[in-house]
Amino acid sequence: MTRLQHLRPGLGSYAAAYLAFLYLPVLFLPVFSFNAGTIVAFPLTGFTFQWYEKLAEADALLGALGNSLIVGLATAVISTAIGLFAARAFARHSFFGRGPAEGLVMLPLVIPGIIVASSMLVLFINMGLQPSLLTIIAGHVFLALPFAVSILKSSFDQFDGSLEEAAYDLGETVVGTFRRVTLPVVAPGIVSSFLVTFTVSFDEFVLAFFLAGNEPTLPVYIWSQIRFPAKLPNTLALGTLLILGSILLLLAAEYFRRRAERSSASR
Amino acid sequence: MAISLRSDSAKGYALSMPAVVYVGFLVAVPLALMVAHSFWTQDYIDINRELTLENYRQAVDDPLIRLLLIRSVVIAGLVTGLTVLLAYPIAYFIAFKTQKKALWLILVTIPFWSSYLLRVFAWKLILGYNGVLNSGLLTVGLIDEPLSFILYNPNAVVLTLAHAWAPFAILPIYVSLQKIDPSLLEAATDLGNTAIERFLRVTLPLSIPGVIAASLIIFIPTVGDYVTPALVGGADGKMIANLIQVQFGAANDWPMGATLSIMAILVVAFVAAVFVISLRSAGRRIR
Repeated sequence: MTRLQHLRPGLGSYAAAYLAFLYLPVLFLPVFSFNAGTIVAFPLTGFTFQWYEKLAEADALLGALGNSLIVGLATAVISTAIGLFAARAFARHSFFGRGPAEGLVMLPLVIPGIIVASSMLVLFINMGLQPSLLTIIAGHVFLALPFAVSILKSSFDQFDGSLEEAAYDLGETVVGTFRRVTLPVVAPGIVSSFLVTFTVSFDEFVLAFFLAGNEPTLPVYIWSQIRFPAKLPNTLALGTLLILGSILLLLAAEYFRRRAERSSASR
Repeated sequence: MAISLRSDSAKGYALSMPAVVYVGFLVAVPLALMVAHSFWTQDYIDINRELTLENYRQAVDDPLIRLLLIRSVVIAGLVTGLTVLLAYPIAYFIAFKTQKKALWLILVTIPFWSSYLLRVFAWKLILGYNGVLNSGLLTVGLIDEPLSFILYNPNAVVLTLAHAWAPFAILPIYVSLQKIDPSLLEAATDLGNTAIERFLRVTLPLSIPGVIAASLIIFIPTVGDYVTPALVGGADGKMIANLIQVQFGAANDWPMGATLSIMAILVVAFVAAVFVISLRSAGRRIR
């Protein structure tokens, strides 16, 4: 026992060092986005907001942002809707082939991005679909579905099915039960799935890079900027805003997920 | 009719149908098309649909392709090993040594939600010749001239990928540690095991499923990573995905691109299978 207590501070400080390793690299983006110099190197040369001000003037960037928002919203709506049905099937119903079906829906998580991207390009061109926002959405729904299904499945898992049976017994219709019993309990999970799938789409690069055609999403736009050293500070400012946005979205998703846990636990 | 529709399995099939059909279609049809393309050949701008093994013969004979495939597997293997090794103590810490589990789990997953492209970009800035690390060390006076071994080579690729995939290693290992029945640990102690023996004979073998899951989740996508070798790999750090992209882009040779993709899938499947089988038997032997 005394040995374990000796181990404790060691492991704790390792954990702290590990967190620093996780966070420090990303923190350099905000630090240098306020740096007056155009070269990303120490020492810092002064504080400025000018890189952020320049972002508002970049039309190509705003176009790419618009594309990303459209793709992200469409991906979030479609994958959460399809995912909701599937999650309910996997959590509530037992049927022959359920295990393999669940495995199949999770498969997009473990296929290398380059394979998904290149094979979808081949598919869409053979179907006569030119690369566009539509093809990116189709690909992003594929990538986001595993996230939607696993989040929504855990909200169905935590929710007592006898509540629905009680509603039926008390004379509610199927629709009425869904609206008045199921939806309120699962709603936080739906919000959480929506936010996570939006983030997955908003940050995705390789597939969008293959399928974008002449409608780049934000990561594809950033990729085109990374090669130009003169554009570096702008890219840093943009990256800082994106990281901030992603983190806020994720914290919101986490908040809703917990509320879902608490609300189903208290009922 | 009404009765059969209300049956449990009928509902299950109906509800899961859209997701299963969608994913199934987008896995099976593109894969079939890729296999078909790999047996076709590029004839200037047209595709010659006569079936041939010519692409595979060319690919196997080409030393560059062999090198890229081997390098992709080696780099992905190093990344997997490094990531799992670094992550295991953290998973152990969260599972057994802290009361604030939820907080730690959120802390280790947040960076994953910032764009992957931007995290790789951040490493490019850090490791550059005139980058953050070199200029920082120069300013402090620890080095006299910039270190050049840290960017545009395989080391930079391994480091960057190990950073990018960290949360994926922690979570599965944490879940498998969390499932261990505490009475097993007590039993080991009662039977006279020291803390280290107990870890090696009870905790570690029982967490092998988590280690396997973490390794596969990292290894499989990493073999086909495109962004990291392109941004920080330089000429010596390029991987198979970069060549595949060239075939579908500038070189416009889809049959060769498809061939390389199929070869990459086969290599990944083979290495993953060998890994899982050997680790499972190792886990059994310790017990």
